[in-house]
Amino acid sequence: MENPIKENMVLDSVIDPSLKKIPKIEAKKIKVWYDGFNAIKGIDMTIKPNTVTAFIGPSGCGKSTFLRLFNRMNDYVDGFSMEGKIKINGSNIYKKNVNVEELRKEVGMVFQKPNPFPKSIFDNVAYGLKIQGITDKKFIQERVISSLQQVGLWEEVKDDLKKSGLALSGGQQQRLCIARTLAVEPSIILMDEPTSALDPISTAKIEELIFQLKEKYTIIIVTHNMQQAGRISDYTAFFYLGELIEYNKTKNIFTNPEKQQTENYITGRFG
Amino acid sequence: MNNIQKNRWKDQAFKYWGVFCTIIGLVLLTVFIGDILIDGIVRIDWGFITDLPSRKPENSGIYTALMGSIWILILTTIIAFPIGVAAGIYLEEYAKTNKLAGLLEINISNLAGVPSIIYGLLGLEVFVRIMNLGASVLAGALTLSLLILPIVIVATREAIKAVPKSIKDASYALGASKWQTIWHQILPASGGGILTGVILALSRAVGETAPLIVVGALAYVPFAPSSPMDEFSVMPIQIFNWISRPQSGFIENAAAAIIILLGITFIMNGIAVYFRNKWQKKWK
Repeated sequence: MENPIKENMVLDSVIDPSLKKIPKIEAKKIKVWYDGFNAIKGIDMTIKPNTVTAFIGPSGCGKSTFLRLFNRMNDYVDGFSMEGKIKINGSNIYKKNVNVEELRKEVGMVFQKPNPFPKSIFDNVAYGLKIQGITDKKFIQERVISSLQQVGLWEEVKDDLKKSGLALSGGQQQRLCIARTLAVEPSIILMDEPTSALDPISTAKIEELIFQLKEKYTIIIVTHNMQQAGRISDYTAFFYLGELIEYNKTKNIFTNPEKQQTENYITGRFG
Repeated sequence: MNNIQKNRWKDQAFKYWGVFCTIIGLVLLTVFIGDILIDGIVRIDWGFITDLPSRKPENSGIYTALMGSIWILILTTIIAFPIGVAAGIYLEEYAKTNKLAGLLEINISNLAGVPSIIYGLLGLEVFVRIMNLGASVLAGALTLSLLILPIVIVATREAIKAVPKSIKDASYALGASKWQTIWHQILPASGGGILTGVILALSRAVGETAPLIVVGALAYVPFAPSSPMDEFSVMPIQIFNWISRPQSGFIENAAAAIIILLGITFIMNGIAVYFRNKWQKKWK
């Protein structure tokens, strides 16, 4: 089981995370069905490395479904089927014999509701490493600390790492979940409305964090909060009824949208 | 009477009906246990537990039946626990949800309701005759395992279903495989529920009589079993046997044996409740 070559690779990237090449994401002719329902009706999109891209649109427009395609989380949904290709680093992640577990180490995800494991704070962050078969205690400990530091949680929890992750406040829990994702050192982070269950102060902290994370990661975030999209994202994609209506620099989308539908939505006339 | 008064009246009426029903249950149980205690408590001493059966009621003990029950309990646990839990995990986490799975689910639930004597007949044919195990402890344990398997499977599935989906999602999203997610997240979170279900199923098995009679458990065995292939008796059969004797001393013995059997069941249920509470505290 133990593979020394692989372990060295992991170690290399922890010494200098910038060695890691952050890949480009390309989605081509994506169509998705849930049983008979056509949730996504043909979307093409390219996402640039080291950017924050926001997906906006009314409920049921397919933005969450689209987001979950990038780490194949839809695979477990009953009745899910799809067409098209998603290329990360040039290779299609929906090819046969793709190792989904490896993919998910590369493409992390943060969920809408903070969902820490009912384990200690330490074990929450270490989980992703332990399931990779890493047993080096010192390595795990260092990675846990650096991950907690990155999300600004270290000072708050350093004295009670053994406390249950569930004992933290909602905002802290969500930052713990982000730390847990960072510990695996993905290059892409998907966020599905990560602040919709949080208070404004916690939301501000997470937004600040997303802004910092952009340096090292590519971030795609689904949000219902128009101001949030405007504040934190470089690019914004507007989805409506399973189609990509408009996709452009956030500045352009919010100041000078090309389509009437986009303008109506961002000005709050519908949705 | 206006609507609000009517509703309030209904509310009160239902409350008293509920209290009444609860009291009926409790009173019946108390009377039953009290009656048994009065009849049997004088007979319980260390000798009653360690003595072999005898023709004379005052010399008779439940040693062989108690040991038979313990053998049955242990073997049934060894057989039914891994099979039932594994089947439950498979059905809940691996099996696709289609018509076949639905059919399977209904059938397993129905199996839990099949009269126990039917399992006895199945055990007699398959284990005693075809597999040639004879009227042994092993045949009895296999039969009872069949009997409680559906209960264990259903309990396992229910416990697994109660694990929040968000926990599984989080595990998968970090690159965990299905088995890692089951082992590190789902089983620890559902362990209390699974254990409770298994213990309750076992406490049902320990009280079963009919299927074991059919399989060939004896009313009288001179020695406690010393291997899975030995002949055996169990407590409920011993009780049944004593009650059917004419001497009043045996009625006393039966009452005393019932107290011990009830004690075993209560202890097992107590353990189940303990585990459930302990787990709930840890995981919520």
